[in-house]
Amino acid sequence: MVKWLNSQLWQLILANARELLREPAVLFWGIVFPILMSLGLGVAFTKKKDVTVNIAVIGRNHLVQAPGDSASVIRNFLQDNRAALRVGKDGALSRELRVPDDKLGGTTYIFENMDWNTAMVSLKRGNLNLVMDEDNGQISYHFDPMNPDAQLTYLKFSKLMKEPGMLIKPSETEIRPLTVNGTRYIDFLVPGLICMGVMMSCMWGVSYDIIEKRSKKLLRRMIATPMKRSNFLVALITVRITMNFMEAGLLLFFSWLVFDITIQGSVPALLLFFISGNIAFAGIAVFLSCNTSKTEIGNGLINLISMPMMVLSGIFFSYHNFPAWSLPVIRKFPLTMMADGVRGIFIESTGFSQVLLPAAIMLAIGVVFFTAGLKLFKWH
Amino acid sequence: MNSEAVIRVKNVHKSFKTVHAVRGIDLDIHPGQFVALLGPNGAGKTTLVEMIEGIQKPDRGEILITGKPWRGNEKELRKIIGLSLQETRFIDKLRLFETLRLFASFFGLGKERCEEVMNLVGLEEKRQAYVVNLSGGQRQRLALGVALLNKPKILLLDEPTTGLDPQARREVWMILKKLKDASSTSLILTTHYMEEAEQLCDYIVIIDHGTILKEGTLPDLLGTSSAVTKKEEYHGPPRNLDELFIELTGRHLNE
Repeated sequence: MVKWLNSQLWQLILANARELLREPAVLFWGIVFPILMSLGLGVAFTKKKDVTVNIAVIGRNHLVQAPGDSASVIRNFLQDNRAALRVGKDGALSRELRVPDDKLGGTTYIFENMDWNTAMVSLKRGNLNLVMDEDNGQISYHFDPMNPDAQLTYLKFSKLMKEPGMLIKPSETEIRPLTVNGTRYIDFLVPGLICMGVMMSCMWGVSYDIIEKRSKKLLRRMIATPMKRSNFLVALITVRITMNFMEAGLLLFFSWLVFDITIQGSVPALLLFFISGNIAFAGIAVFLSCNTSKTEIGNGLINLISMPMMVLSGIFFSYHNFPAWSLPVIRKFPLTMMADGVRGIFIESTGFSQVLLPAAIMLAIGVVFFTAGLKLFKWH
Repeated sequence: MNSEAVIRVKNVHKSFKTVHAVRGIDLDIHPGQFVALLGPNGAGKTTLVEMIEGIQKPDRGEILITGKPWRGNEKELRKIIGLSLQETRFIDKLRLFETLRLFASFFGLGKERCEEVMNLVGLEEKRQAYVVNLSGGQRQRLALGVALLNKPKILLLDEPTTGLDPQARREVWMILKKLKDASSTSLILTTHYMEEAEQLCDYIVIIDHGTILKEGTLPDLLGTSSAVTKKEEYHGPPRNLDELFIELTGRHLNE
C-alpha cells in the first residue's frame, strides 16, 4: 500500500488532479459552462416563442390615411386587418399586426413609415427585417436574400398580403410538430457539446499545461530526476480523461433531467467511442505541444486546430449546410468523426459493431500523434 | 585532494550556432568539495553545469560522473544528483509538502524524507501553504529542499540566490553551510555574487568567454595574482575577488 502511494505515477496523477480541482475557473469552464450552454441553446431552440419582425414602409404615409391621400394597398391591408395603431415616445406612428399560430409560433409585424436613408441605417444596425415600398399599387420588397431571417419575413408577409384569410385561419396545411426524443435540436446539440468538451479539454488541459510547465522550466527540473518520462504524460492524460468523463456525465445527467435526453443506442459502444475520442484528442494535444515553450505560440496552435473543427464539424448546426465539395474533408476531422459517432449512438440507436471501425480509426489517430509527439518532445 | 574526482570535466567544448559557449574546460571536483563557478552573464557557467547535469552533450571532450559517462548510465546518475535551477516555478496550486512528496516519489522516497527535508530548509510552518503563496526566498529554499531530497552525492545549484534579498540569501547560505558540515556532498554553485563564493566555497573557478581564467582556493587566488601585470605591481595584489575579476577581465562581475 505504502509502496503504491509512493509510486511516481500515483503522485503525478495526484499532483495533476489537485492542480486541476483547485482551479475554480477550470471547474466553471469544464462543467458549469457546457451545462449553461446546453440550457440556453436547448431552451432557445426547443420552445418556439412568438417572434416580432420590423418592416419599414418607404415613401408617403401608408399607415394612416390623411385628407387628400390617394389609395394605398399597404394601408388598405393594414386597415382591413385592424392592425393596431401605436404612438411612439417621439410621436412617431406605427402599426402592429399580430398573426397567431399555435404550431409554428405567432408573428407580430411592426410597420414604420420612414424615408429610404433612415431605413438603410436601421437595416445596417439590424433593427429592420424588411423594407417595403409601393408604386402605383405595386409592392416591392427590399432585403438581403442571403439573410435567412429577412427571407423568412418576406415569404411569410408576402403570402399574408396575397392571402389575408390566413389571419383568421392560420396554418391551414396539416403541420404535425415532431417532439419525440431524438428529433429535437437539443438531441442534436448535447452529443456535439460532449465531443466539443473533450476536444477543448484535451487541447487546453494537455497541450497548454505541457507548454506552460515547459516555459516554467518545470519539465526540465523533473527530467533531472529519475522520473520516467512516459509517467508524466500518462498521468496528465489520465487525469484529463477522468475529468472529461465527469464533465460528460454531468452534462448528460442534466440533459436527461431537463430535456429528457436518453441514449438510444449501445452504452458500451458509447463508452468505447468516448474513450477512443479522448485518446485521439490527447494524442493530438501531445503532438501540438511537443516542441514549443512559448504560451503565446501554444495559444495560436490550439486555436488553429480547435477553431476550424468547432465551426465546421457540426457541433451546433449540421455540417451538411457547407458546400458539397468540402464535406469529404469535414468528415475526416477527428471532431466530426467523434460527433457523428456519439450522435449516432444517442439518437440513431447505433450498435457496438457499427462503431468499431470509427473507434479504431480514432484510436489510431491518437496513437500516431502521441508517438510522433513523444519522438519530437522537447523536455527543456 | 587525493580522493578520486566525483566530477571530471576533460577538455570540454560546446557551441550554439555561432556562439562558442565553452572552450576547452578541464575541471576535477572531489567528494565534499564546494566549488563556485564565478563569472558574468554569458560566461558559459550555465552551459558547463548543464553538461555536467547531462542535459547538454559536449561537442568535444568528456564528462565523467563518479567515473561514468552519461551515455548508458543516465538512470543511475540521475539518482545521485540534486539540482536547483536559477528560476524553476513549481506547480502553483500544490502545497509545499505535496511538492516535496511529488519529487520524493521520483526517487522512490516517502513521507519521512520529506519531513526531514522540510525541517532542514526551515519551512515546517509553510507545510500547508500553496507554492504560489510562498515568498521568493521560501520558494528558493523549497527548490533547495527538492534538490536535497535524494541526499545527493553531487549538488548543482545554478545561481540559487539571484534576485533574493540579503536576508533570504543568508538563509540559503546557512542551509548550505549545514550541509557542508554534515555530509560529503560535492557542490557546484554558479554565481555572480563574490560574497557567496567567498562564504560558501573552498574552491573558486573564474570563467569568462567559455574558458577558465583562474582557479584555486580563495587565499591562492588572492595571493598569487600579484606578479602578473605592471598594474598589479603598482597597486599591489587584489584584496578581494571583485578586484581580482576586474584585473583578469577589465570588467565588473555584474556587467
